[in-house]
Amino acid sequence: MKLSQTETPPEDCCEDSNHRLHKYLRQETLPTTFCVGCGCGTVLGAFAQAVDELSLPPEEIVMVTGIGCSSWIPSPYFKADTLHTTHGRALAFATGVKVMLPRMKVIVIAGDGDIAGIGGNHLIHAARRNIDLTVFMVNNWNYGMTGGQMSPTTPQGALTTTSPYHNVEPPLKAAELVAAAGANYVSRWTTYHVFPLAEAMQYAISKKGFSFVEIIAQCPVSYGKMVNMRSGSDFLNLYRDTSIRIEQARELSEEELVDKIVVGKLVERDAEEYVTKLYQVNSEQSAHKE
Amino acid sequence: MAKLPGDPGKKLKAEDSQVIRIDEDYCKGCSICIDFCPLEVLSESDQINRKGYYVPKISREQRCIGCRFCELLCPEFAITIKNE
Amino acid sequence: MLGDEAAAHGALWAGCNFFGGYPITPASEIAEVLARLLPRMNGFYVQMEDEIASLGAVLGAVWSGARGMTATSGPGFSLMQEHIGYAIMTETPCVIVDVQRSGPSTGQATKAAQGDVMQARWGTHGDHEMIALAPSSVQECFDLTIDCFNLAERFRQPVILLMDGEIGHLRENLTFPDDTAAVARQERALAGPDEQPFGGAEVPPMIQFGYNRYVHVSGSTHKPDGMRDVSTQSVHDQLVRRLVSKIDSRREEITRVESRWLEDAEAVVVCYGASARPSLGAVLAAREQGLKVGYLRLITIWPFPRAEIKALNEQVATIYVPEMNLGQISREIERFVSCPVESISKIGGVSLTIQEILEPILKKLKP
Repeated sequence: MKLSQTETPPEDCCEDSNHRLHKYLRQETLPTTFCVGCGCGTVLGAFAQAVDELSLPPEEIVMVTGIGCSSWIPSPYFKADTLHTTHGRALAFATGVKVMLPRMKVIVIAGDGDIAGIGGNHLIHAARRNIDLTVFMVNNWNYGMTGGQMSPTTPQGALTTTSPYHNVEPPLKAAELVAAAGANYVSRWTTYHVFPLAEAMQYAISKKGFSFVEIIAQCPVSYGKMVNMRSGSDFLNLYRDTSIRIEQARELSEEELVDKIVVGKLVERDAEEYVTKLYQVNSEQSAHKE
Repeated sequence: MAKLPGDPGKKLKAEDSQVIRIDEDYCKGCSICIDFCPLEVLSESDQINRKGYYVPKISREQRCIGCRFCELLCPEFAITIKNE
Repeated sequence: MLGDEAAAHGALWAGCNFFGGYPITPASEIAEVLARLLPRMNGFYVQMEDEIASLGAVLGAVWSGARGMTATSGPGFSLMQEHIGYAIMTETPCVIVDVQRSGPSTGQATKAAQGDVMQARWGTHGDHEMIALAPSSVQECFDLTIDCFNLAERFRQPVILLMDGEIGHLRENLTFPDDTAAVARQERALAGPDEQPFGGAEVPPMIQFGYNRYVHVSGSTHKPDGMRDVSTQSVHDQLVRRLVSKIDSRREEITRVESRWLEDAEAVVVCYGASARPSLGAVLAAREQGLKVGYLRLITIWPFPRAEIKALNEQVATIYVPEMNLGQISREIERFVSCPVESISKIGGVSLTIQEILEPILKKLKP
């Protein structure tokens, strides 16, 4: 069996497939293993669309990912060099990759439990360093792969399998946290906003420095079962009805924004990037070797 | 026509007729495409694919304006829209 | 030079160009030397937010072409176990220096111990083999670090330099090799177009990122091409047995010991790392008194030099094992011999003395 066999999809599923984005995928792994109506596939599509719009060759991408459903978006489906790491640590691995291969686009796709929960500290410090990574945090408000337990982003009051009486914790505002920590670009969209989402993903990939897009994405099975929203459309309707553009949200009080999903660009800066500075130190120091 | 969430960008030319293709083997019958098509081009059907999912039916293809909302929303890459 | 510093220089001579660091006593000097020298040699010192991240960054860098190392002590070594397992499963060559200190937990932060011997072997979950070397001089901190890098590349495996605070903070002379050509470096094997990165050969060649090969690296059970398969029993069985066998079947190639006066030995002292010097002193003192005591120093701790230990069984009446722990290697030796094994253990951050090792020997052989 050769690696290059990924070029030819097996006869079984997609021999006559001509979806314009299939060329970015490891087609032998399709259809995806995501549940019916899951938002992960939509995020994968929006990402492939962004790569397509940028005419970015997949040979110049390294995908880094963690553990959980959202980590399966790039691994195995997106066809690029792929580092599927441990739970929460994708950003640490990605840091090593970017330092050694600054010419590559290093892109992390993982979930809220992974990036903001167990990996929260790595998130803060990667943003603080403003390292040139692109992070797409897929926020489905729960730990979906393990069956729907509450996560750091579960809305307060929501029922999950480990908050069976209601969640008493307020959710983490991950995008706001990353903006405060020093990232060059932060935005938030939902899977309903698939056009602006794909556009934001393009922008995040192109932007030098740490860029972060929080993507609210539906989990109609593990999360939906407990809150009685059992289809993907139930969630997309919710996203449509409760989302508010950040420009409008700035006019509203905190109370008025409870239960609202603020979408749009939170921050954009042009602060100096970490790896560039490391290489600058090296070129200064190589002058006086010991 | 229902409002689209943002600019579809490179949408297909509205004056051309569009060909919608649904790859039944990929479809998991989530019905997002049916629920969110702004012009109700797609509808439910009683046709079941090999995996036992109800696949959508193209009931009003001539109304399609090629906005590609269904194409991008579909979590399974099962829908393609083409200019004819 | 300090043992810690010697290990840092050894890394540079071995071609290390990426160090993921996090400060911890008594290993911080390794990070300090490399933070100063790596940028002058076009390498990178990256200080991460914890030890999990520092080893994670190393592994990411290695897949991107680096020769990577990290250094820590007990508490950080505990955190790194997650990524040691990942490095084993993904066959990522890297070097982890553990300058052992007194534990459990924070213990005596500035005091030496040898309490991580079993954690080095079994700290991460699941079946695996491990390679760990234990230096007992500053020169060896340098030499064995180079060996660690070569073993890592040779076997595509994380390799542990199991130092201790005593050796790490020991100051003595170090002789550098004459030139870089005197240091044999194991080059990284890279896969050709028809080679699999996670199977085929027992030690398969790597595919690094950036070579247009779309390599898929996963800590999940995977097939020889790297793609995940977590449900087929035979896939897991073949993978994990190969990961174990690639080390286990080449023990002779890896294990090294230093032996003295074994020819006529009726008793033997088995030691390693910080316990080696007082052991040598005790053996010399015993021989001066006419006692036939041998000396066996383990340079390779894992894989355990079982053949060398088994050979003693026929010959000696007692094996003495001085250690700065409560008998971790002593118990391992018991698995391979039928003669009595006497543990001489000392904890609390103070080195064993010649007298403490000599006394039980004299008690038995010269009652």
